[in-house]
Amino acid sequence: MKQQQSKKASRLQFPKSLTGIKGLDEITLGGLPKNRSTLLLGSAGCGKTLLAMEFLVNGIRFFNEPGVFLSFEEKVAELALNATSLGYDLYNMMAANKLYLENVQVSRYEVLQVGKYDLEGLFIRLEQAINKVKAKRVVLDSLDALFFGLDSYVLRSEFKRLLSWFKEKKVTVIITAEIGESFLTRHGLEEYVADCVLLLNNRITNQISTRRIRILKYRGSMHGSNEYPFIIDEKGTSVFPLVSEGEQQLSSSKRISSGIKDLDEMLGKKGFYIGSSVLISGTAGTGKTSVAAAFAYSVCAEKHNCLFCAFEEAPNQVMRNMRSIGFDLQPMVKSGKLTFYYSRPTLQNLELHFIAIKKIIKEIRPAIVILDPITNLMTEGPNSDIRSMLTRFVDFLKTQNITVLFTAAITVGSIERNPSDEGISSMVDTWMMVQDIEVDAERTRSLCIIKSRGMVHSNEVRQFKISSKGISLSPLARSQSASLTTAKRKLKEHANLTTSRDEGEFKDTAR
Amino acid sequence: MVQKKAKVEIAIADATKDFYVLRLFITGMLPNSVRAVINIKAICEQHLKGRYELDIIDIYQQPSLTLSENIVAVPVLIKKFPLPEERVIGDLSDTKNVLKELHLV
Repeated sequence: MKQQQSKKASRLQFPKSLTGIKGLDEITLGGLPKNRSTLLLGSAGCGKTLLAMEFLVNGIRFFNEPGVFLSFEEKVAELALNATSLGYDLYNMMAANKLYLENVQVSRYEVLQVGKYDLEGLFIRLEQAINKVKAKRVVLDSLDALFFGLDSYVLRSEFKRLLSWFKEKKVTVIITAEIGESFLTRHGLEEYVADCVLLLNNRITNQISTRRIRILKYRGSMHGSNEYPFIIDEKGTSVFPLVSEGEQQLSSSKRISSGIKDLDEMLGKKGFYIGSSVLISGTAGTGKTSVAAAFAYSVCAEKHNCLFCAFEEAPNQVMRNMRSIGFDLQPMVKSGKLTFYYSRPTLQNLELHFIAIKKIIKEIRPAIVILDPITNLMTEGPNSDIRSMLTRFVDFLKTQNITVLFTAAITVGSIERNPSDEGISSMVDTWMMVQDIEVDAERTRSLCIIKSRGMVHSNEVRQFKISSKGISLSPLARSQSASLTTAKRKLKEHANLTTSRDEGEFKDTAR
Repeated sequence: MVQKKAKVEIAIADATKDFYVLRLFITGMLPNSVRAVINIKAICEQHLKGRYELDIIDIYQQPSLTLSENIVAVPVLIKKFPLPEERVIGDLSDTKNVLKELHLV
């Protein structure tokens, strides 16, 4: 009856308790259910204890809600030591009477059961602890250790009683529990007792492990239903939901020069849109990185910050190579305008790469980000995963109004087989293709714009020359018979550009 | 002389060995607790008459003891002496196992 009443009341307004954990509050749409219990399930080494500890510590640090941590596994000193790795001084919080840690030695009561009993002793201990610091948040770690050796009848009835007792005490609770064949799932507790169940796991795909979190259930509240990746680093836990990004994308009508004069001309004479995504694809040795470097060079020269993520070549190598074609990036690195992020793709999961990159982005606030090449990252993990991650990342950059340029290495055959270029072309706004073509028995680099959303662009395939003075694009040298069409094309292009300029202006005013 | 001394030692040893210090932790008048009190009194009177000391402690009255005695499940019967300390949980209705586990007989 009591439960029913509280449920009715909660329909009007569902109170939640913020965890202060990056991303988790977003996927739960505001935190864990206030004054209720959340079960945190996961196999060993998923980060259950740490997540729970963070919930408590954040409560104390940000929300002025004291907390109690009842550990059935680790001793107080061990817990405090573990928390120092996140930079938390638990002893300080304990001294300030904001935090109370207690270790319940369960091994000592693994004793014979001679008749009926209950866990009233635990309730009394909890009550004392809660009263001591006037706790609003409680963590029990872990359920399996607590109920180890007790028969399942007691387990069920006492667990149920415990949760309703917590409700009466008006504390928000996290209870951790192991998951697995021989653990909780056997009892099926989570299905009916807890109000919210979070599931953590740690999966290894292609030898790269990723922690993920999923909301299994959340009574009385909507929630994100996906599995979200999360990481634990020196700043604690961060969850990376899709919902946190892509909400308010700015669509700027301002332009940014590509750093190549001729290319700007092909792009409606102005260059890329700020905050758009640009893809340069091409076979090996066609000059993708050079185009990227030209862009970086011009952005840095205009005193904007640029982040260059190199997944193939080391920064020094990129700088050496680009110096040879007239882009001296060294002084820009020294002045801090250009930042390199260099990492082997196999070092860690793609998500972790993006997370690391995002951190740098937050620090240096670059105007553009270059990913060279994106295809190297594609080798990690199944393609659909990568696409969704890449989409998320691009969305993130768009919300920040950062222009992103990726290069993609493709093989000759794959262009014919898969013209949409591994499916990533749909998420890019401007797509350029650099190719080797044969003209009069000579290999010639060419560049064409396959698409460029929202602007008029040249349809011409131009010769793409890389020299010690930089990059230039010139009309392809053609055999005599074609020269007429070249002239025609020029006329047509000119006409196109003039009409398009009018259209462009119209669009701008409409916006 | 030698024999006499040995006899005294044995007597002392017997007396200490046979003397039991028991503590029963209960929670007020809850059914399990009431049953445990009745059961332990019967066991003591029947098996340990005259050589036991029994404290019945209500942890509602003395909650701090839950910490020092590490109590989670109640009722719990702790044999403090003779050493080693041993404990059983439950309402003590399983007399046979109470005697066996705490080595009372």
